[in-house]
Amino acid sequence: MEFAELIKTPRADNVVLHRPFHPAVEGTLCLTGHHLIFSSRRRDNAEELWLLHSNIDSIEKRFVGSLGTIVIKCKDLRIIQLDIPGMEECLNIASSIEALSTLDSVTLMYPFFYRPMFEVLEDGWSSFLLEQEFEHLSSVTNEWRLSCVNKDFSVCPSYPPVVIVPKSIDDEALRKVALFRYGGRFPVLSYYHKKNGMAMLRSSQPLTGTNGRRCKEDEKLINATLRSGRRGFVIDTRPLNVAQQARAKGGGFEQEVHYPQWRRIHKYIERFHILQESFIKLVEACNDQSHNMDRWLSKLEASNWLTHIKELLTAACLAAQCIDREGASVLVHGSEGTDSTLQVTSLAQIILDPRCRTIRGFEALVVREWLQAGHPFQQRCAQSAYSNSKQKWEAPVFLLFLECVWQIHRQFPCSFEFNEHFLILLFEHAYASQFGTFLGNNESERAKLKLPQKTMSLWSWVNRPEELSRFQNPIYEANSLVIWPSVAPQSLQLWEGMFLRWNRPSRFLEEAEEERINIIKYNKELQAKVNVLRRQLAEMETDGEVQEEE
Amino acid sequence: VENVRLLDRLSSRRAVVGTLYLTATHVIFVENGSETHKETWVLHSQISSIEKQATTATGCPLLIRCKNFQVIHLVIPQERDCHDVYISLIRLARPVKYEELYCFSFNPKLDKEEREQGWKLVDLNEEYNRMGVPNNYWQISDVNRDYGVCDSYPTEVYVPKSATAHIIVGSSKFRSRRRFPALSYYCKGNNASICRSSQPLSGFSARCLEDEQMLQAIRKANPGSDFIYVVDTRPKLNAMANRAAGKGYENEDNYSNIKFQFIGIENIHVMRNSLQKMLEVCELKSPSMSDFLWGLENSGWLKHIKAIMDAGIFIAKAVAEEGVSVLVHCSDGWDRTAQVCSVASLLLDPYYRTMKGFMVLIEKDWVSFGHKFNHRYGNLDGDPKEISPVIDQFIECVWQLMEQFPCAFEFNERFLIHIQHHIYSCQFGNFLCNSQKERRELKIKERTYSLWAHLWKNRADYLNPLYRSDHSQTQGTLHPQIAPCNFLYKFWSGMYNRFEKGLHPRQSVTDYLMAVKEETQQLEEELEVLQERLANLQKSQSGNNKVKSKQQDRSKQFGLYSSNNSLANTPQEYSSDLKSFPSRSPSQGDEDSALILTQDNLKSSDPDLSANSDQESGVEDLSCRSPSGGGCLPSEDSGKDSDEAVFLAG
Repeated sequence: MEFAELIKTPRADNVVLHRPFHPAVEGTLCLTGHHLIFSSRRRDNAEELWLLHSNIDSIEKRFVGSLGTIVIKCKDLRIIQLDIPGMEECLNIASSIEALSTLDSVTLMYPFFYRPMFEVLEDGWSSFLLEQEFEHLSSVTNEWRLSCVNKDFSVCPSYPPVVIVPKSIDDEALRKVALFRYGGRFPVLSYYHKKNGMAMLRSSQPLTGTNGRRCKEDEKLINATLRSGRRGFVIDTRPLNVAQQARAKGGGFEQEVHYPQWRRIHKYIERFHILQESFIKLVEACNDQSHNMDRWLSKLEASNWLTHIKELLTAACLAAQCIDREGASVLVHGSEGTDSTLQVTSLAQIILDPRCRTIRGFEALVVREWLQAGHPFQQRCAQSAYSNSKQKWEAPVFLLFLECVWQIHRQFPCSFEFNEHFLILLFEHAYASQFGTFLGNNESERAKLKLPQKTMSLWSWVNRPEELSRFQNPIYEANSLVIWPSVAPQSLQLWEGMFLRWNRPSRFLEEAEEERINIIKYNKELQAKVNVLRRQLAEMETDGEVQEEE
Repeated sequence: VENVRLLDRLSSRRAVVGTLYLTATHVIFVENGSETHKETWVLHSQISSIEKQATTATGCPLLIRCKNFQVIHLVIPQERDCHDVYISLIRLARPVKYEELYCFSFNPKLDKEEREQGWKLVDLNEEYNRMGVPNNYWQISDVNRDYGVCDSYPTEVYVPKSATAHIIVGSSKFRSRRRFPALSYYCKGNNASICRSSQPLSGFSARCLEDEQMLQAIRKANPGSDFIYVVDTRPKLNAMANRAAGKGYENEDNYSNIKFQFIGIENIHVMRNSLQKMLEVCELKSPSMSDFLWGLENSGWLKHIKAIMDAGIFIAKAVAEEGVSVLVHCSDGWDRTAQVCSVASLLLDPYYRTMKGFMVLIEKDWVSFGHKFNHRYGNLDGDPKEISPVIDQFIECVWQLMEQFPCAFEFNERFLIHIQHHIYSCQFGNFLCNSQKERRELKIKERTYSLWAHLWKNRADYLNPLYRSDHSQTQGTLHPQIAPCNFLYKFWSGMYNRFEKGLHPRQSVTDYLMAVKEETQQLEEELEVLQERLANLQKSQSGNNKVKSKQQDRSKQFGLYSSNNSLANTPQEYSSDLKSFPSRSPSQGDEDSALILTQDNLKSSDPDLSANSDQESGVEDLSCRSPSGGGCLPSEDSGKDSDEAVFLAG
């Protein structure tokens, strides 16, 4: 398909761009296959706005006489308005944007066309391989092994080709277990707690059905993670009644009779369209221009967003607590094991593992627990808060995870190597990107699309020193401890950097950030200077003494 | 009383046993067992209410609520002891004479001269001179020399030069409690001013020539403008109701060249109830997000804060941008008027955003103009209907501004919290009584100490590390966002949940940056010393002299401030399901909430705020650095055993 067919009016002049907190600018609008480009050539302040079509969530048009207005709402939550003279031009542009922002073929997406303008120092596609993670694990324990049972994605289509499983369980058993778990997602290692050797596993629900089917291999697999005489916890992210109802559809939960060493805890985490609706309501409340204090708090409350945050953090803390404080192994699952399960396991690692609070470690966590673990990014992030389509696959599951990280970050501002902008960056690229990292729903799809060969990885770009410096937290001090966040309502706040990013003036806050950076920078410079002088002085003094002795 | 249990507000599990002492000035709880014998000190004057609850099998619960938002939940084994404590506290918490208050017995071991110096730290004459008065338009008036005109005003009041004593006295007779229009803030740049008064006794039709002349004089004192704003900070309905009582508001027709404006701030009774409702929300045991947000909204507290801010913003804009003078009043002109004038001054003048300037501001708009501290904050036993968190709201407005302008204030959140604490503590004489007249009669300055000197001495603790006097945010007028701004006003958990440390961020950016800045300063000094020595050495080596001054490596002294994680940190209750898990140690609890909080969760009041603050230099446990300044305190791992024991008991 030629993009040109979709672009009837590639260029319009005298277009006026309106953005909150910016004066209106006049300029030229151009449409290309993947971008909407607005450029103003005003001598005093030439600026360009490049917007990916895939970033456009919804578009509205209206007319006053022959002056058309297009309101563009983006997946990154920004809203811009374009005044376009000429009804025909306006209609053409609107319909082109609509078509180009809703292309249904992945291979037409921008990452397949994007050519990087930077030098690739390290190919991000191979930066985070499970083999490396396993090597790290092998240095502390030999109870686990790498299994290639899924190398052609036949055992579990949403799993990566290699997984880590208990050493005592062979591939044959894994195949049997896969048949007993929804979508073939048999229990695999998610995290190993070096401090006490406890493990966190994740899977999907067991297919016990109404007649209480059991699978000896499944029991053996998860029991293999327990120390003798010790118990483990199964954290089920559904409420008990939902788990019970799932039996009617062939699903179910681990029954005590067959898993006597495991205690089940149901910790409900909301799913799919409920989350999406909550997201939509929250963004609506944040964009509300009224002055009324009351309405703001009740809208915030009605969105339930912070309730979801609280539930999710609580579940993650519980999992971490079981591992670190109870000294027990944990298995986490919900129904499919691709959404709430991953939220819990990845957040628990943020709490437990200092490595995950570094930039590199956090990237590895996202790759391992989200991309490789088969979170269906393409489905979940197809639309954002402004979409009016009622598809049931969209949900801000990953965004909720990022916000929970932000909440913990706020409570432990010195314990993370990255800053808030890094989290926002991941949010943006999960929804629209020039990089192929978040395309596809799992590793199998990514392999079919040949993403590593045909697209650039986000990590190749972001891990270059000049980019990385923007995402570093100036006040980071490595903290080797487990960090327990408070989940009380008083401790949780709206993530203003995300949700009010486009509708509050941020100058004063940015200046504060700059001050913080400068304070640290100046300190480091002085430190370096003092060290140089000290060394010089020491050298001169020894020289002096030598001379003296002579 | 021995064997008293102090309960954790959020967790019935984390109770500690200790001994309760009542002294003439404090309630003291000393923990048994632990090596540290942790102490909790509460001043009697901080006690806002005491509640004795029904006796249970374990003892008799006693709930002490404090004005600094601390809640202490004790269980006393014997009902009789509990009753005695209760009766004593009721009496002790409600002194009837000023002489019973702590400031008359508090002795920070300063000599007479130091005390006098302390009181001189904030000097309002100096302040008016700084503003630029007296000048061609404004002069000091001595009509109130012996409080003859208005007993709640200070003796020295600035009025327009053209306002004669006759006009002032005439105007005062036409104003509630004779609080005539007087200068609060003068803007040197454009001659615009903020004046304050009480409501006029206009009723439905009364007029007063002198009062009209007085307002005219205020307008004339600002030659650049041909009108003044008269801002009535009450809701219009309230002001109209006052007319029936012979009071009311200015009629635009009777006064030449005024623009009249209502800004609806609710009265002290509404505010008291609003705070009460908000505190109930703060006290909820494990509230859901909805409970909390709904309760917060229902209290209306943030809406009231916004109303005060809006009034301040309106006045600041009139003065700075339009160059128009403003007369502000409410009913008596000592509550809402004080709030609004001080918020506007703070927005207008960077000086008030410094530590010293902020003290001056409170001294000027609150203390000198007769804000009724004694009545509002219940220092002496009095009418509970007079109590209202008026200055608390102002302090919160400042905090809200600090959140929006992080570099604009020289002081930090702790400074505000400590001022709030001492408004209620009666440890210093500054906020005693209801007016300057009463304070003079009591000889406050001879018999008590000044809070400002105490805070100034410890000013290093109250610095905002982001403040630079040459930063753009510290220049000129602050312009808070007007719309949309509803989401800008946030719940201040640092104040209202101040004693629940577990709810707050575990690492303080402010403290961390202060530590870095301190280190930076030491580095600068060392750099200088090193450079000097290097220069000397080069000189002396060329002369082949011997240098043997091995200076101690100073870097070791300040080391690395890397251990900012020393705060004890343990999980909260994340699930009530865990309780049923057969634990390795026998379960002994019958209650089902297995709430686990930080060890330090219920800290005693800040050391420098407790009774022995004379020996403390204001070291607080807010610090994220370890006290040693280097090296990790007992880490998570090593401290684990004790924590785990508690957890498993649950």
